[in-house]
Amino acid sequence: MSISNARAAAQSGLLEIRGLIKRFGGVTAVNALDMTVRAGDVHALIGPNGSGKTTTLNVISGLYRADGGSIRFDGAEIAGRPAHAIAAGGIARTFQNIRLFGELTVAENVMIGRHARTRTGFFGALLPGGATAREERETRERAHELLRFVGLENVAGAPARSLPYGDQRRVEIARALASEPRLLLLDEPAAGMNPSETDALVALLRTIRAQGTTLLLIEHDMNLVMSVSDTITVLNFGQHIAEGPPAEVARNPDVITAYLGGTLDAA
Amino acid sequence: MRYRWIAVAALVVVLALLPRIASSDYVLTLVDLAGIYAIAVMGLGILLGFTGQMSLAQAAFFGIGAYTSGWITTHLNLFPGHPGWSVWAGMLLAVAMSALIGVIVGYPCLRLSGHYLALATIGFGIITQLVLINWKDVTNGSDGMTGIPPPEIGPWTLDTYAKYYYLVLAAVLVCAYVAWRIKTTRPGRALHAIRENEIAARASGIDATRYKVVAFALAGAYAGLAGSLLAHDIKFLSPDSYSFDQSVVFLVMLILGGSSSIGGAILGAVLLTFLPEVLRPLKTSYIMVYGAAVIAMIVFMPQGLVGLLAALRARFQGGSPPPDVAPAGLVGEAEPGTA
Repeated sequence: MSISNARAAAQSGLLEIRGLIKRFGGVTAVNALDMTVRAGDVHALIGPNGSGKTTTLNVISGLYRADGGSIRFDGAEIAGRPAHAIAAGGIARTFQNIRLFGELTVAENVMIGRHARTRTGFFGALLPGGATAREERETRERAHELLRFVGLENVAGAPARSLPYGDQRRVEIARALASEPRLLLLDEPAAGMNPSETDALVALLRTIRAQGTTLLLIEHDMNLVMSVSDTITVLNFGQHIAEGPPAEVARNPDVITAYLGGTLDAA
Repeated sequence: MRYRWIAVAALVVVLALLPRIASSDYVLTLVDLAGIYAIAVMGLGILLGFTGQMSLAQAAFFGIGAYTSGWITTHLNLFPGHPGWSVWAGMLLAVAMSALIGVIVGYPCLRLSGHYLALATIGFGIITQLVLINWKDVTNGSDGMTGIPPPEIGPWTLDTYAKYYYLVLAAVLVCAYVAWRIKTTRPGRALHAIRENEIAARASGIDATRYKVVAFALAGAYAGLAGSLLAHDIKFLSPDSYSFDQSVVFLVMLILGGSSSIGGAILGAVLLTFLPEVLRPLKTSYIMVYGAAVIAMIVFMPQGLVGLLAALRARFQGGSPPPDVAPAGLVGEAEPGTA
């Protein structure tokens, strides 16, 4: 266990993962992973392709069921809880392969993100006016605020699938923020973006963090990772090989070996 | 905007006076039937159009509603001297029974989707029809159930197609209102989200399991009400009316109208109820022309009748592209209730 890992474990985190295991048939995608995400941090999860990053995110968000280990969010065990309950509990996410509600409008996509923070049920829906109307109005207003925040207010009425790729990623971020998450999981938010879109994304992520949301992101763009992250966790073959601030991780020989390949004795 | 109000006013007048306008009892029979079908099709619209869950069992729920209501009103003497009063209890229980069976069928189907779900629902539909044919103590089998009373409201008995028409009209309006309210508020958005991307829906905090089960229940409830209305309209039930073929007809009505549109479901039901009657002079070749007409409509109107109307409106108003009809009406200027 590295020094930085011991330090991270000493501080209590918003998200504490201990001994997490996820297997697919004979393949162990995540193998006894320990990771601590501190409240208020931008925390990056990096590693070579197939190192288990997306699987880890899918287990945290409840889309996959862990085969072992513990995931504590704000002190409460969430491993094994259904995805919708985890989302309602304050963990939102975006997807590497964008998953929007394509036929619905951009605004509707974000309004759906409010689901866990609103209450109207099938019976409530039947009554016009009153609490239902108020909640609908608030949901719509909040969605438009978020679209303004991510710079997409002018396309609120367009079908989500009609947007360019980079904008679709922003819709996903707005939809995730609509649930007022304390922890936002971002799976390769800059994938497919050009440099100016990436710069705008970095600014957006900084603003989100400044508003008090903790970020856990997977990213291959190392410039982005180095510039926004407070802490980086490096995975290889489903295992944690390093954790610490960017400068420290960049010098770590295990990390260099994992990324560039190396001899057996170097590993 | 003014033309829209004139159109609405004209529609209200036509609907209110339809029994006087209709040329014969025969036409009124078809009007009542179209309204009853429209309710079953709207229910399928909630399940397939809103939620994206395929069902080819809508006729089975239609039959469960019809036989539940028929059995209660012919076997239980709830209101001696006033058999028509028990019709209301029959309707309520028909809705409850179909909704309950919708849940029972829907729950194990949750892990299925697409073709597999379609197959499972076909199986359920066939089983239901076999039960209706063979459970003779309850259904009277292939001989059918007779002696079903018409409904009574206080001193009035709805014993003519003209009187019954107003009951059907009221039921269609209530069902359309319920579907519209669901569609344009939070639960409808949740259903649409499941249709569009179930994983993203779950990650957005939507309990997809629960919403899908409710969609099955609602589809069942609508079909159950429609079945009950049919039972007390024609006053005779035979298992033939609740076949797989009828489920396919409901599906075609929905797709033809525009699958996630409530107005489309009604239009599709009306069109396909009258089309065979219009084609009847063709005698034996009618079914061929009917089939060809349905195929042509689906090929040339992929968005259904509602899509066609929207495209025509856009053309006449010039310039603006046709609105995206599939998920219309949740946001912006189309916001309901503010018009």
